[in-house]
Amino acid sequence: MANFFNDNESLKFHLSHPLMKEIIELKEDNYSDYGKYDYAPKDYEDALDSYEKVLEVVGQITGDILAVNAEDVDKEGPKIVDNEIVYAKGTQQNHEALRDSGLYGMSLPRKYGGLNFAYVPYVMAAEIVSRGDCGFANIWGLQDCAETLYEYASEEIKDEFLPKINQGYTCSMDLTEPDAGSDLQAVQLKASWDEENKVWRLNGVKRFITNGDADIKLVLARSEDGTTDGRGLSYFVYDRKEKAVTIRRIENKLGIKGSPTGELVFNNAPAKLVGDRKLGLIKYVMSLMNGARLGVGAQSVGLSEAAYREAYKYAQEREQFGKPIIQFAGVYEMLANMRAKTDAIRTLLYETARSIDIYKAIDDKSKREQIQVEEKQKLKKYQRTADILTPLLKLFSSEYANQIAYDAIQVHGGSGFMKDYAVERMYRDARILTIYEGTSQLQVVAAIRGVQNGGYLNLIKEYEAIEVKNEFSTMRKVLFEMRERYEKAYERANSFGANSEFFDFNSRRLVEMCGYLIMGHLLIIDANKCDCFTNSAELIIRMGQSKIEEAATFIENFEESSIAKYKIEGETKECEA
Amino acid sequence: MSFRIVVLAKQVPDTRNVGKDAMKEDGTVNRAALPAIFNPEDLNALEMALQIKDKIKETTITVLTMGPTRAAEVVRESLYRGADNGIVVSDRKVAGSDTLATSYTIAQAIKKIGNYDLVIAGRQAIDGDTAQVGPQTAEKLSCPQITYAEEIVDVNEKTIQIKRRLERGIEVVESTYPCLITVHSSAKECRNRHAKRLMKYKNAHSPSELQELSLDYTLFNEKPYLKIEEWSASDINAEDSRLGLTGSPTKVKKIENVVLTQKESKQLSSSNEDIDNLMKELIASHILG
Repeated sequence: MANFFNDNESLKFHLSHPLMKEIIELKEDNYSDYGKYDYAPKDYEDALDSYEKVLEVVGQITGDILAVNAEDVDKEGPKIVDNEIVYAKGTQQNHEALRDSGLYGMSLPRKYGGLNFAYVPYVMAAEIVSRGDCGFANIWGLQDCAETLYEYASEEIKDEFLPKINQGYTCSMDLTEPDAGSDLQAVQLKASWDEENKVWRLNGVKRFITNGDADIKLVLARSEDGTTDGRGLSYFVYDRKEKAVTIRRIENKLGIKGSPTGELVFNNAPAKLVGDRKLGLIKYVMSLMNGARLGVGAQSVGLSEAAYREAYKYAQEREQFGKPIIQFAGVYEMLANMRAKTDAIRTLLYETARSIDIYKAIDDKSKREQIQVEEKQKLKKYQRTADILTPLLKLFSSEYANQIAYDAIQVHGGSGFMKDYAVERMYRDARILTIYEGTSQLQVVAAIRGVQNGGYLNLIKEYEAIEVKNEFSTMRKVLFEMRERYEKAYERANSFGANSEFFDFNSRRLVEMCGYLIMGHLLIIDANKCDCFTNSAELIIRMGQSKIEEAATFIENFEESSIAKYKIEGETKECEA
Repeated sequence: MSFRIVVLAKQVPDTRNVGKDAMKEDGTVNRAALPAIFNPEDLNALEMALQIKDKIKETTITVLTMGPTRAAEVVRESLYRGADNGIVVSDRKVAGSDTLATSYTIAQAIKKIGNYDLVIAGRQAIDGDTAQVGPQTAEKLSCPQITYAEEIVDVNEKTIQIKRRLERGIEVVESTYPCLITVHSSAKECRNRHAKRLMKYKNAHSPSELQELSLDYTLFNEKPYLKIEEWSASDINAEDSRLGLTGSPTKVKKIENVVLTQKESKQLSSSNEDIDNLMKELIASHILG
């Protein structure tokens, strides 16, 4: 009888952010669907009320079904039967429950059977689902693919595929190949035009494909003969009913074991081109990736919430030396930091989601009608914010989820190491989060642009300018000092040249400094509205202060010549002693 | 051809989560202390109706409930899950009804609904646990009844085959229509709310509710499906003498507060031998078998 939405006040807090009014008005195009669809809202209050009510259903299904099934799903996993992937029993049950409640295609327009939800509530649903079962969040979350189809595919493709999403047809994004992982420019799966049948034909191998046997597959393939880089790649949609893909195997993974990861062979598989040729990687996949990174952000926050709650509960119940272990400094510090980190990545998640909401809704509007200059500027501003926040979110949320899961086991002591408690599963599930949809290292590569073009600094200064109550002035002061410390460190790194190895070597440190500043500011802004975040704000700022000190000190004392010491080459030297 | 199912549902105090103030001094249920919920077996009944609707496309499901104004909540909940419309029988005159008066009221309402094929109800409500209202209603409607239903074996527009869950086994029976079915808790759980239906029907109200919420009635003109029907005793042509307390021969003679005390307990290991002994003991004392 658990409800993972109702038991979490933080979600309601973020759902009622002042910007939501503007977001909803844009998304609902001044409520033009009212009267056309019986479930469309008539005004802001109505829409927000619908969001809450639907999230309550997500919370109930997650609490009563997904979370309950998670353990068995982890044990059972999917299997291949007659070249088809069969989900674990619980996975199938989860899928059917969400499908039967109409919870696929949440963000799609109503004319395609969707709920036309803004990103914020959609991401919130993803967070809730992830808290119940991190691995299942992949299968459900791949409805993201519909977003890419909606944005870039032809009307014909949209009409064919999009209405299926709400009916529960699942998706996959087929990008990775044995020799093309982080470097997707190396994709080799071949797409050739079949003049006789007027279709594209796909031939080749894809590897590590999440939900590999999905009904609707978005495939990145080389359509231009003789090319070797990203500009020769196009994007295709393949329908499972063609039965032209062989599932070679399902990977045996460390975590998210309920989510089937397949190796696929495309055998002359007929497919349709999405958008324009040659834009597959450089435009469409990049867009899809951004959505997927936001999804991993939600997944990370959901898992963090789950792991924190398990640890908190255990620490209250478990007694040693005659008292509950939560009363020992070594334990309560861990728990408080877990709580603070969860609040920090959650506020970063919804700040990112709001930015995406605004710019995508204006972008969508611009396709329907001429938009004002002001709106164009707003679109650009929020798009820039979304672009720099997305990699930062992916980086911090996934790393924190791992730290929180690690500490959750630590709080459990020996019991946490046993299969009897849920935290060991969460620990394994968390591990993929810093890897897929771009590793942490690649998020730094994406985020460093925000360091170099001053995007982060501008954002930080915008936050600094937001007025808050006096009680936060000390925290604010610490943040000003931290920001100055960051600026100096950046200056030093930059003095070696923006393309220097020195800069590159220290880029993660610089990006992380921005992250601490942004999360600190966001939490102060939250705490200014609700006291329930004051504690976490203080803890994150304290943590950020020492982290920034550490990074700044490192950069200040670092010399270009030191880099060589980090390059391990050749055989280990013999010890001469 | 259209097929019509009436689902009987009741709003009950949640007696599954009973706290110490669940009973008043005088031994009656303290409704204020317990949250009002959809009677669990009535949800099983709704699910069975929805399964029939999945098979017979032209099916209309009407949810019928009796109770105070707020009983309209169970109608809304049913709409969220797939019912087509709902009726609340609400009248001061029906307050205090026992099963005889309740079944009379319900039967009158069903007669007013008219051309029904099936009436499906939960086996019993958790506040009274009598399991009498379903069977009594069937008697008053002079239609066959199938109690303790667990599963639909087969259904078409002429007949229905039901698997019954009985104490000593199962039984499959068939009936023509009209027919009344009471559903056991072992039947399939009710499906969840549907997001679109939830958004569509969240503003469905009965006229009394609109009055309480000071909302205007024009809502119904614009969207007639948002109206939850409300019938009074006179709407269903009921004789006052058969309603409520007056129509209820059941009188509570005495209520005792029984506190169950733990008697002896036994420690058992999971060895085959211990379990074997336990089974023998349970069979010998007729708890099992």
